[in-house]
Amino acid sequence: MVNIDETTQSVLSKIDSEGFKQEGAYNLRYNGTALCHGDSENIKIVKKTDKNGIDVHILATAQNEYVHIPVVVTTSGMTDEVYNDFFVEPGAKVTIVAGCGIHNSGCNDSRHDGIHAFHVGAGATVTYEEKHYGEGEGTGARILNPVTQIFLEENAVFNLDTAQIGGVDSTKRKSSVVMGPHSRIKVTERLMTHDNQVAESDMDIVLKGEGSSAQIVSRSVAKGNSTQVFHPCAIGEAPCHAHIQCDSIIMDGAKVRSIPEIDARHVDSAIIHEAAIGRINNDQLIKLNTFGLSNDEAEAVIIENFLI
Amino acid sequence: MLKVSNLSFSASDNDAKKTIINNVSFEVNNGELMVITGPNGGGKSTLVKLLMGILPADEGKIILDNEDISAYSIDERAKAGIGFAFQQPPRFKGMTVKRFLTLAAGNNLSESRCCDLLSSVGLCAREYLDRELDGSLSGGEMKRIEIASVLASNHKICIFDEPEAGIDLWSFSMLVKQFEKLHETKDRSIIIISHQERIIEMADRIMVIKDGAVSAIGTREEVYPNLIKGESHACMAEMK
Repeated sequence: MVNIDETTQSVLSKIDSEGFKQEGAYNLRYNGTALCHGDSENIKIVKKTDKNGIDVHILATAQNEYVHIPVVVTTSGMTDEVYNDFFVEPGAKVTIVAGCGIHNSGCNDSRHDGIHAFHVGAGATVTYEEKHYGEGEGTGARILNPVTQIFLEENAVFNLDTAQIGGVDSTKRKSSVVMGPHSRIKVTERLMTHDNQVAESDMDIVLKGEGSSAQIVSRSVAKGNSTQVFHPCAIGEAPCHAHIQCDSIIMDGAKVRSIPEIDARHVDSAIIHEAAIGRINNDQLIKLNTFGLSNDEAEAVIIENFLI
Repeated sequence: MLKVSNLSFSASDNDAKKTIINNVSFEVNNGELMVITGPNGGGKSTLVKLLMGILPADEGKIILDNEDISAYSIDERAKAGIGFAFQQPPRFKGMTVKRFLTLAAGNNLSESRCCDLLSSVGLCAREYLDRELDGSLSGGEMKRIEIASVLASNHKICIFDEPEAGIDLWSFSMLVKQFEKLHETKDRSIIIISHQERIIEMADRIMVIKDGAVSAIGTREEVYPNLIKGESHACMAEMK
């Protein structure tokens, strides 16, 4: 078992809510290299030979199994780019716990670009949990630019749960999903920005297969002078259902743009979008005041619950 | 004991000051149930918001168990022992009913205690614990959860602003039973703003607020007959 230093352990505890252990299928990427990795009987991790990254093969016999693939960057000034591909066999059921944390104590920018592609076989169910986090007393920026591509075959189910907890100075997230017949996806995106942080999220979901359905829930809180831009787009190319919901709490001098787009290319595609941006409701604060919470405590509770 | 003396509040109305509550004084004894009633727009909700500190009084004193809470903020009044159920409770996206009740209780609340609280207001408890307090709940459901939140903590005095509004008849009957049960223990004082006869009939004392002032106050036996006859107040036409 590889020894993991205290800083890395602390970052891991933030980004892996299940608790990272060197057991079963796992791969810990640390400052641009695989620090440790392990396979399970049903999940095999193979290092790519042509570029940075891994291929994760999830066999049909994997049922309710986990694979943990966290990334930690602690070297100030590092730019780490990694390509991870996931091949999920038909009928498999798996939870993939990803996430990236940057600890930057220096004055140079640290950056991680994770490009993930998921090829999900017929009838397979994937839950993908991804947390992004930045910390460190340095003046260098903490930058995360994830790219997520998802290809769903017939009856496949994908739960994409992403969260930017805090401390990330800049993020540009690009996600694309192509959906086969009767496949389903639920996307939950949660984002917190503060100070002068910038976050952009672009998401295209193409509902190609008949009976496919997508639900996108995006919740964000923008504090300080931070800026957020959301652009989720659902494209219905078949009889399908899609629902996009973007809610943002805006505070201080922050700026939030929410641009949900719906694009129907079939007469039986039913696509709905909702978007709302607003400050914390005064009635909510007063209600929590009546529970004995101060304004600061009430505000923290509202934000915490909003982003869960 | 709650002692309110000479409470006044005015609001700006096109550069002019309009008096909403005018020199109101009353007391609520320990374990007593007081019903505040009166015509719509008379100042009942404003009065209880002044008690909770949601609105700032221009003048007057509020003493709770010999503690002057007149200058306290809302959270300080809550800590001093006042619970408050809103007429129109706010919604909280992302907050579950269980979390809400736990916050209301101020400590960890067991699942069975949450279920008891929800059952007491006519909700099928387990179905609601993990529901969010968002637009998926009806106004009536929100109202009942709001009432349960006040019951979650051992306040010295509980204030309910029109608890019957938006609640169906069956749930209303359960709610009345809950208030009766709460009152029987006599371990806390209760103020209810209501127009409902069944609630007014439960009162130890009744206070009628009209045009921002106390128009009548006394025991149920003293005030209620006049309310029924409609002799005391023109408001009874509205109330009936």
